[in-house]
Amino acid sequence: MKNPAVYFKGLFSGNVSSRSTKVGDRPFSVMVRKEVADHIRSWRFIILLVLMLLTFLGSMYVSLSNISKAVGNAEDPDSLFLYLKLLTITDNSLPPFHIFVGFLGPLLGIGLGFDAVNAEQNNGTLIRLLAQPVYRDNLLLAKFTGALIVISVLFLSLGLLMIGGGLIITGVRIEPQEFLRILCFIVLTIVYVGFWLNLSILLSVVFKQAATSALTAIGIWLFFTVFYQMIMSLVIKAVLPDPALLSPDEVTGYNNTIMTFLRLVPSQLYADGTTTLLMPSVRSLGPLSMEQMSGAIPTPLSLRESLLIVWPQLCGLLAATLLCFALAYQRFMRREIRN
Amino acid sequence: MEAPIIELKGLTKCYRSLRAVDDLDLTINKGEIFGLLGPNGAGKSTTILMLLGLTEPTSGVATVCGFNATKNPIPVKQKVGYMPDNIGFYNNMTALENLVYVGRLNGIAEAEVKERAREMLEEVGLSGAMNKRTATFSRGMKQRLGLADVLIKQPEVIILDEPTLGIDPSGVKDFLALIKQLSRQQGLTVLLSSHHLHQVQQVCDRVGIFVGGKLLAEGNIDTLAGNLFAREPFVVEVTVQNPVPPTLETDLLAIETVKKVLVNDHLLQISGSTGCTPDLVRFLVQKGMHITGVQQRSYGLDEIYERYFETNLNENSSSEKSSGLFQRSFFRKRK
Repeated sequence: MKNPAVYFKGLFSGNVSSRSTKVGDRPFSVMVRKEVADHIRSWRFIILLVLMLLTFLGSMYVSLSNISKAVGNAEDPDSLFLYLKLLTITDNSLPPFHIFVGFLGPLLGIGLGFDAVNAEQNNGTLIRLLAQPVYRDNLLLAKFTGALIVISVLFLSLGLLMIGGGLIITGVRIEPQEFLRILCFIVLTIVYVGFWLNLSILLSVVFKQAATSALTAIGIWLFFTVFYQMIMSLVIKAVLPDPALLSPDEVTGYNNTIMTFLRLVPSQLYADGTTTLLMPSVRSLGPLSMEQMSGAIPTPLSLRESLLIVWPQLCGLLAATLLCFALAYQRFMRREIRN
Repeated sequence: MEAPIIELKGLTKCYRSLRAVDDLDLTINKGEIFGLLGPNGAGKSTTILMLLGLTEPTSGVATVCGFNATKNPIPVKQKVGYMPDNIGFYNNMTALENLVYVGRLNGIAEAEVKERAREMLEEVGLSGAMNKRTATFSRGMKQRLGLADVLIKQPEVIILDEPTLGIDPSGVKDFLALIKQLSRQQGLTVLLSSHHLHQVQQVCDRVGIFVGGKLLAEGNIDTLAGNLFAREPFVVEVTVQNPVPPTLETDLLAIETVKKVLVNDHLLQISGSTGCTPDLVRFLVQKGMHITGVQQRSYGLDEIYERYFETNLNENSSSEKSSGLFQRSFFRKRK
């Protein structure tokens, strides 16, 4: 460091013009780029990726070995949708891919987001980063966008791999409707994982320690996957009258209420959505009355109709995601960032 | 005179009941090196964070380079390079990558950002460790990287929070020399906070002494000394061998030129007007004291600093009697 200031000549006075004057979107894309790079290089993501790949390969193997049986089943109205079958059939040795994702997707989201903000704060990089000309909310948005890009690329490539592999192995042409349905399924999956990602980012803003936020996120996940249903059945037994004493109309009414409560769980929303998208013959997610069923031919629905059924689920997931983001934003914008 | 580059008006920050920064007024002009001196927890870092718009003041306005730092922090952050006291880098990235990232965030063109980062690392003496992960860096290396990090954005103002913490003495010297050189050659304004007064003394044009959220004094070191010791301009310390008789103090105070006497075992601290030393010695000899040493005390930053911090400490332990005087007299002078 001897006599160094000679080198600085011109660095400070002159070429200010080379700087881009527009500030706002450029730092944001730089941050997103860095986030994506960080994720891809991290061991954590590699482990999650391997986990997802194993699930994918396992369920694909099971469905491919059972595909001929499923397609040959003439009683099944969905039997013509070979590629949707690939995603959904199983011989019960392994759950199908979409159920697996419903279970493991939260882990992926939590894994990518649980230390988004608090790790930076503990490392002392947060304050350095925010001393640069960036908006504070851009940081949160960049964290979210970066991880979402990684997730989207992952699921999109898995989906396309599945289609490509199916084309090579079976040689059956893919229907446009099937392709669109699979795309919608991928979008729904991304939204679902995005919800968990956002929840874990929120927790990383709330808690100072990364371990605490990770544990809390996993706790919420476990609560929704394991305990919520148990608590619901307990409450139903305690509160609702015996269905044997009720008229059919009342039973339907109660069932609807129960479903509404069950649908507070994101994984239930996701399961409903994927079932409708991947099994075109599913006409309703709630119970259907005999009048509604009478005269209905067991044929697959069109994509538009399936989408109409899924719409509330998708909106619910998006709303939950937005809510988490808004809370994270609200907590982060005014808080002390020194370590 | 041109407009001040940093202007604080009535800046206040409260954390619940604690007033971390209390009604702070301060102006720093272009090209100045200003030292913010104060003990730990005096509110230095909070002030700096408010300057950058990273913390919202409870009341008051911070203006940097003509922009309101709270309402319009982005242009402020474009012009101010800030090095936090506990600087951290992305451990999984190399020094170069860390620096390139900051360069990009500051809108340096993609074509030149790598080149410039490399230059900066050479300047701060880290060219050898350029491609090492920052996880392996020592404290001193991180500090240097922090300086490169500040300089890469070509700031107009540099704010350094405890920049010399954790660097070895020769490193500190180089570091401060570099800062001074930069400031002189490029007209950079530097605000540095520290509790190491000697280091601050070396480079600062002006210092502000900051205790308990209040700026107690501001000015160059001579002015400070003049202000503070106007009340007791001259102190003689006399060391005696034999025990001090209790009547001696009152006898001493009877002398016209003596204003204050402190007896501390074998040490007598006598404040009086200038040039009373020979009279005092003569008087003490007459009183039969065996004098082993006489010293006229002169005041440097050390004493200034100690005096203020003592004041603060005593105040905290609520024995305000003698020390509160200093503060009160000082406040009268400032206002």
